[in-house]
Amino acid sequence: MADPITSLTERVTPIEAGAPVTAAAFLGAMPALALGDGSILLGPADSGTRIPAHPDAAILVAALAGKDLASGGDDGRVVLTCADGTTREIAHEKGKWIDALAGRDDGALAWSAGKTVRARDPKGEIKTFSAPSTVRGLSFLPKGYRVAIAHYNGATLWFPNTAAAPETFAWKGSHLDVTASPDGRFLVTSMQENALHGWRLADRKDMRMSGYPAKARSISWTFDGHWLATSGAEAAILWPFKDKDGPMQKTPLELGGRRARVTCVACHPKAPVVAQGYDDGCVLLCRVTDGAEILVRPSAEAAVTALAWDEPGQSLLFGDHAGQAGLLALPA
Amino acid sequence: MSEGKVPVTVLTGYLGAGKTTLLNRILSEDHGHKFAVIVNEFGEIGIDNDLVVGADEEVFEMNNGCVCCTVRGDLIRIIEGLMKRKGKFDAIIVETTGLADPAPVAQTFFVDADVKDAVKLDAVVTVADARWLQDRLRDAPEAKNQIAFADVILLNKTDLVSEAELAAIEARIRAINPYAALHKTVNCAVALDAVLGRNAFDLERILAIEPGFLEVEEHHGHDDHDHHGHDHHGHEHGHDHHTHETHGPKHYHDEDMQSVALTLEGELDAEKFVPWLNSYIQAEGASILRSKGIVALEGEPQRFVFQGVHMILNGDLQREWKEGEKRVSRIVFIGRNLKRDEIERGFLACAA
Repeated sequence: MADPITSLTERVTPIEAGAPVTAAAFLGAMPALALGDGSILLGPADSGTRIPAHPDAAILVAALAGKDLASGGDDGRVVLTCADGTTREIAHEKGKWIDALAGRDDGALAWSAGKTVRARDPKGEIKTFSAPSTVRGLSFLPKGYRVAIAHYNGATLWFPNTAAAPETFAWKGSHLDVTASPDGRFLVTSMQENALHGWRLADRKDMRMSGYPAKARSISWTFDGHWLATSGAEAAILWPFKDKDGPMQKTPLELGGRRARVTCVACHPKAPVVAQGYDDGCVLLCRVTDGAEILVRPSAEAAVTALAWDEPGQSLLFGDHAGQAGLLALPA
Repeated sequence: MSEGKVPVTVLTGYLGAGKTTLLNRILSEDHGHKFAVIVNEFGEIGIDNDLVVGADEEVFEMNNGCVCCTVRGDLIRIIEGLMKRKGKFDAIIVETTGLADPAPVAQTFFVDADVKDAVKLDAVVTVADARWLQDRLRDAPEAKNQIAFADVILLNKTDLVSEAELAAIEARIRAINPYAALHKTVNCAVALDAVLGRNAFDLERILAIEPGFLEVEEHHGHDDHDHHGHDHHGHEHGHDHHTHETHGPKHYHDEDMQSVALTLEGELDAEKFVPWLNSYIQAEGASILRSKGIVALEGEPQRFVFQGVHMILNGDLQREWKEGEKRVSRIVFIGRNLKRDEIERGFLACAA
């Protein structure tokens, strides 16, 4: 529990978001916050532009798709918002909630409402898949046009553009978020039972990563793919994925141990550094190599709910459950 | 303890009993509340101002070592989403399908840490059809579960049965669940405060509703059940404590669902009682739907209060025993094929 070596708090511009922050992203250089009141706040300050992407609704999920922010609401709509503030409705699942959403660099998008999963390729063509039970998490695999789907009792990999049967990886329980390692060798889900579950895709070998006091709802790969950083404990827990066996029989790394729970993690896009937010509102940067800590934001009113780096790794955007947010500009 | 948590009312009831009628009544009344309503089917509910969410009733088992611990995954997901709208509503109503078992719904509010942080279960309200309940109790285990589980029972459509039939149905309900608040209604006409804001799972509230708690209603107004409240003295357990048993009329005794209520006129040994309660609930929790108790622990100036849903037990020390207040210990279990003798023996053996 060493004091942070240095502090970057003076380089943070506070942003009054005004509603619980669902997600943060950069649309190119433009900071964007997706909010619980259905709006998207664009800009580096609270004087930024408020885009009513989901009027009278709440944004439940949001993800970057190409250069746009895709958001899904409890109005059943999927909306794309551009950096210039223009919006476009992509889908409307009437009477449902958009439960999960994933986007990719090329603009591909996938969302789910109940058991229904839809994938939209960069050209706008939409394909549909019906999962065995309600879907909680979605992500794109790094290679090919393939979607990972987390549901009850396992995860399924689906090629929207081929007739190939979806491949299901079974493990009992409720799987929440899903991610594939950047090298495409591992699939990992967060679970209802305060644990992660992983599969090595080549041989379907199960991996159990447990010991969390809470659900690990935020997961992020380091830039080199060597570590999977996770929330859910009083430190960021990093599982080693460099070796062919992944984290099996290995001890995870702990970063930024405090008397508060990590609720959000985001790995720096170019350096072995993890930005981590806690349930007391604190935000730290922690270096993977030696555990050094830098304070970004001291503890505040509410839990950190969103963190995002810009593409060059020069700016960090964060937001919390009370609607307070901030933008950190790293020294050039 | 539960400040800032949004109360959740669970509405159960067999098909056609009048759940939707009650829901519409709650929502249409001028009460100043803003509800989020979690329903299974849209359509019959006419709501403009409230937030309505469709549920899937997806039940799954927790891998937490608790064999009967099932939860509603969709509720966890929906409540997580609703919290993003915090402040837009001040109460949640969950309507279950007629065939639903209330246990996974209730357990969701105790098992999931995120749900527990955000909301609190207020009460399970069961609507029963006066005309058909007898038949359903015979052929539908779900209907019996719903009665056994309830904190509040609306015995509805009472205009469709005779007074004698009504008395028989009421006695039948009481044989299964003597402790729920029971309201006889036509068209679910009931004051809202009879179904909302009950705090039935709040340990503080269990204190507040004393002394009615754990005592069978004495005013049924029917002379055909005079078996209430008689005392059995002199159990041969080799010590000088005796218990009072309270149970429903024998001729309405339900063949598999019943309650066991025990009173010990004295204190318990905490070193014995707490382990016994924990281990008994762990061992028999699959058949014990609900449990409650207020007990006097030797050397403890405060009352120990607990309540449970299957194997999930929640207990705490509460306010001090008042001066002149009799330090008695009372427990009640409602469940299926309860082993009355075993429970009684175990409980009495905890005497201080």
